[in-house]
Amino acid sequence: MNSKLKDMVWVFAEQTDGVMADVSLELLHKARTLAEKMNSQVSAVLLGDKVEGLTKTLFAHGADNVYLLDDVELKDFRSMPYANLITNLVEEKRPRVVLFGATHIGRDIAPRVASHTRSGLTADCTELKIETLTIRKVEHEDLLLQIRPAFGGNIIATIISPDVEIQMATIREGVMEMGEPDASRKGTVIPLEVELDPVEIAVKIIEKHQEASSVNLKGAPIIVAGGYGADTPEKFQLIKDLAKVLGAEVAGSRAAVDAGLINSERQVGQTGTTVRPKLYIAIGISGAIQHRAGMQESQKIIAINSDAEAPIFQVAHYGIHGDLTDVIPKLIAAYKSQLH
Amino acid sequence: MSLHTIVLVKQVPDTSNISGEVMRPDGTVNRARLPAIFNPEDQEALELALRLKDKHGGKVTALTMGPPNAANMLRECLYMGADRAILVSDRRFAAADTLATSYALHKAVHRIGEYDLIFGGRQAIDGDTAQVGPQTAEKLGIPQITYTLEVQNLDLKKRTVRAKRAIKNGYEILEAPLPVLLTVTKDAAEPRPFDVRRLCTYKRAQSRFEIEATVDNSHDLVWMDELMEKVKADDLLIETWNIEDIDADVQWCGLAGSPTKVHKVENVILSGAEFKKVPATPEGMNDMITELMQDHIFG
Repeated sequence: MNSKLKDMVWVFAEQTDGVMADVSLELLHKARTLAEKMNSQVSAVLLGDKVEGLTKTLFAHGADNVYLLDDVELKDFRSMPYANLITNLVEEKRPRVVLFGATHIGRDIAPRVASHTRSGLTADCTELKIETLTIRKVEHEDLLLQIRPAFGGNIIATIISPDVEIQMATIREGVMEMGEPDASRKGTVIPLEVELDPVEIAVKIIEKHQEASSVNLKGAPIIVAGGYGADTPEKFQLIKDLAKVLGAEVAGSRAAVDAGLINSERQVGQTGTTVRPKLYIAIGISGAIQHRAGMQESQKIIAINSDAEAPIFQVAHYGIHGDLTDVIPKLIAAYKSQLH
Repeated sequence: MSLHTIVLVKQVPDTSNISGEVMRPDGTVNRARLPAIFNPEDQEALELALRLKDKHGGKVTALTMGPPNAANMLRECLYMGADRAILVSDRRFAAADTLATSYALHKAVHRIGEYDLIFGGRQAIDGDTAQVGPQTAEKLGIPQITYTLEVQNLDLKKRTVRAKRAIKNGYEILEAPLPVLLTVTKDAAEPRPFDVRRLCTYKRAQSRFEIEATVDNSHDLVWMDELMEKVKADDLLIETWNIEDIDADVQWCGLAGSPTKVHKVENVILSGAEFKKVPATPEGMNDMITELMQDHIFG
């Protein structure tokens, strides 16, 4: 390890069956920006069974070091062994920043690690920054600004943990950009002993069932999304029809997911997926900030809403005020006529 | 030994249902005016606990930390079938983040004593953090199953529970030794309606704050202790615990015990994209599509 630089910014490198989660690579890219401001290196913490091959990917995406915990007991994710091993390492090395993907795994273990180490932890951040702040005349160096929408999305809150050493955050997949990997980057693998108490591995996995995702919202050039305004299956079908004509992926707001109109893996927003397509068509979506956080960087946005005051119009490039049952068929007809 | 399940519940402002009445003239939300509701996923957690009680017998304790009016939600827990309701409430708990909250909850669990299972909602709608469950489990030193979709089998002889947990694009079935904490995800169990007979009985259930208010507002001389004893004897007491009652250390409670602090709150400022109003007519749509094609958005 390069001893001139501190080892202050860590990313939990989440893998399942030997496949690295995209969000971890996105976080490594962000971690580099944070680490530069802190004159620090970036370290990844990798747990699994026979996963040393993944360290190259982590170096290419920005890690300087990889703490490697490799053991047959870590083959599949389980809360206690994963959380306890990370906790021990964090307690020993005391990094200033630890980032986790806000996944079923990261959101499971980050609270346990934060609880044991008494660290500050903020869930589902949409932006992270490093700043030095003076609070009541005391200067706090290298504070992690944990920025997220709060309270039903009516406000954006900046959370800090000024009185503790270790600052943690979870971030959803797609919120940070991945950056280009650099295969020539080199780093240091730091293998660690894995010692686990029988109590820590008492939870057994009886069965595991995972399908390859058929949904790729992040990679879709065009997304047609419906919200509460499309509150019946018939109306939502119009949204699907439009998507089909445009060759687009269908997505929904949280309201649409909650109403059972669409599967949660197609949810766009702070607690779903963040997307940056060429075109995003928001239909019957009022545009709460949690939703906007997941789509406002789209290259072009069309909003269709029967409420002329809906906030979605304020981030849209094109706004159509009208009833979706009237607007969608006209839009489909207009598109088809221009294709010919 | 009979089954004892603790359910962690929270009363939350109904952020999903913001109407014009709670908006201030400047367009911000007056949070104090949002209606308080029983956090939806906590209701599902209670339902799962009650189903296990229906099958295996035993007892369900509802536990919350919150302001005095959280007694309203605890009464709802009793209407649904909870046997015992506990309100952990103290001004010194105010402004607690998830860590300080889980500290107080785990101290309250210690005071409750023996238990086999703890259920809670995956997350509360006012914060969506999903942190209090795992942090409480960590402080209790017990395993956890988050994102629980279904409890499949409880074996009280072997002292294990099997549950189905959501993972990315699928599920896994875990077997955990008791005691274990499970956080319950949406749609795990439709909460049962209130039991009419229980409602008639427990609408008179009172917290210590409510009994105090009765004493303060009474025109006759009423003694607090006497009234407390009477409510307790009628099995209508919502137990109300403060910092001392749960033997909590003040420095780990409330704002002081919260590592995360709100540094800044901004009302949302929308980025003004170059906005074009498109008439809902065929001509309007045609023009828009032409522009998008010129910009190479389509095709």
